[in-house]
Amino acid sequence: MDPRLFNAIVVVVGVPGALVGYILLIETLLRGVPGRLQGRIRPWLWLLPAFGFLGVFLVYPTIQTVIKSFQDRAARNFIGLANYEWFFGSSEMVSTLVNTLVWVVLLPLITVGVGLLIAVLLDRVKYESIAKSAIFLPLAISATAAGVIWFFMFLWQPPGQPQVGTLNGILDAAGADPVAFLQVSDYRFNTVMLVIVMAWMWTGFAMVIISAAYKGISRELMEAARVDGATEWQVFKGIVWPLLLPTIAVISTTMIITALKAFDLVYVMSGGQFDTSVIAFEMIQQFGFGQQGRSSAVAVILLLAIIPIMAFNIRRFQAQEAIQ
Amino acid sequence: MSGATDIREGAPPAKRELPRWLTRLPLHIVVIALVLIWMIPSIGLFINSFRSPTDITSSGWWTALFPPENFTLDNYAYVIGRSGIGDAFVNSLFIAIPATIIPVFVAAFAGYAFAWFRFPGRNVIFLAVVALLVVPLQTTFIPLLQLFAPLGWNGEFLSVWLAHTGYGLPFAIYLLRNFMSELPREVFESADIDGAGSATKFFRLAIPMTIPAIAALAIFQFLFTWNDLLVAFVFIGASNPTNLPLTVVVANLVQSTGGGWQYLAAAAFLTMAVPLVVFLALQRYFVRGLTGGAVKG
Repeated sequence: MDPRLFNAIVVVVGVPGALVGYILLIETLLRGVPGRLQGRIRPWLWLLPAFGFLGVFLVYPTIQTVIKSFQDRAARNFIGLANYEWFFGSSEMVSTLVNTLVWVVLLPLITVGVGLLIAVLLDRVKYESIAKSAIFLPLAISATAAGVIWFFMFLWQPPGQPQVGTLNGILDAAGADPVAFLQVSDYRFNTVMLVIVMAWMWTGFAMVIISAAYKGISRELMEAARVDGATEWQVFKGIVWPLLLPTIAVISTTMIITALKAFDLVYVMSGGQFDTSVIAFEMIQQFGFGQQGRSSAVAVILLLAIIPIMAFNIRRFQAQEAIQ
Repeated sequence: MSGATDIREGAPPAKRELPRWLTRLPLHIVVIALVLIWMIPSIGLFINSFRSPTDITSSGWWTALFPPENFTLDNYAYVIGRSGIGDAFVNSLFIAIPATIIPVFVAAFAGYAFAWFRFPGRNVIFLAVVALLVVPLQTTFIPLLQLFAPLGWNGEFLSVWLAHTGYGLPFAIYLLRNFMSELPREVFESADIDGAGSATKFFRLAIPMTIPAIAALAIFQFLFTWNDLLVAFVFIGASNPTNLPLTVVVANLVQSTGGGWQYLAAAAFLTMAVPLVVFLALQRYFVRGLTGGAVKG
């Protein structure tokens, strides 16, 4: 038997078995413990497996990375803030930061804006669920597959040769010159093109959640406003938008975090060339160069950029819990 | 979804009313245009994957919509035969299935504990777990690679299974805790009267009632691990190319387009096949799980 298959079977059957066995074991052991103490110990024993994984895979590495960000390339000597000075001092990083900013601004704007538009429009047609599937579908595929799909959209040949890429085919049919998307640094919208691909993937996500919130808004309320002579735009601005705002805030923060972490698409579609590098990509690149200290510093910068958004989300979460 | 009534029906009748289908025509045009825009990239790839390499390089995929059509399965045969894609496909399954099952179990215990056990600091600790959602995976790679190195785990599936479990847990615990805390209290109280222990209540009562959320979580985690490029790239990548999943192998094909980008369309469709089937078959659960957590409150 293929050893990989053997291992996989062991893991698929063995690990759940062990985890269930663990719970049954601690419950058996707890029976011997006096009542009050039992209630105190039990929660921690149930949480232990999760805490183990979270500790090893998220908490410990984060602390280590912060430490390494103050060390040299091989993580032997402390060198103070040199890695951070390198990041904010080098001229290449300026474009990395600008590109990251483009991602952080454009991705939430497109996904939420278009997602909202589609959700509201689709609510009025009978073939809503089929149309929704079509727009939601790209979320199920990998950044790699999305990269290939859009490779054929962006494909470019020098003028005079047949344009086989979809976008340049359209330009060609309209009599315009072909555009070298993601091929040359002179083309200034390479990062924007990558964001568009990402938005193509994530708009369905925004749409589905906004749509669910939209359907929760009272139809009577909207109808009453219309009877009182409100235009569709006034109904949207006065009723729909304020009621959707909490949902939109949640999706926007999710999209900002997604934009900050964007790596796959950049790696697949441009390899960070042609002025498309972003922070998350730079971190992997520096690691590939054997620059542990710099790579860690870039990761810490990424984490610091996300913390304010996290704080916002947690405050929202606490507000929600208070309501319940 | 289809239960929404058409809001225009209640509008007061205008004097010389246009036929209803005509007033609604712009709406249909906009909606169908949006759907088409969303589908054209995938349709283009799908058609190209059945065209011969010379056709792909000499004319756009849209020309194949008109006769003479010269569709062929050669690209698929080439890709499956030559570039180790078949092995990578199997690797992807070996990675994704355990990496889906393990976190679901671990998260179910933790979600139940956060939802139904009383202990000091319960909400603060739960919030701390949710906060871990935002740790960029990139932050964790170097320390974990160094942790795994002496154990010989780098390049092995084990490292990816465990890493995906750790990375997936904050979302998984968040989802399951929220769902479990909404379960009816009376059911558990009557079980208490019958003298049922925590394990019985968990396995016999909580788990069966949580199946919708568990299904959504399992689909989400499966899609995430199947589609993952980064984690596999880092933990398996350099040290053991034979264990690489489909995403990494195809990504490398894309980057080294010298290998013949004519074959990329077929390769990409092979990576999409499993997630598309899973997604289309189970999207009802997926959407319910997603919206249940986000819209509530």
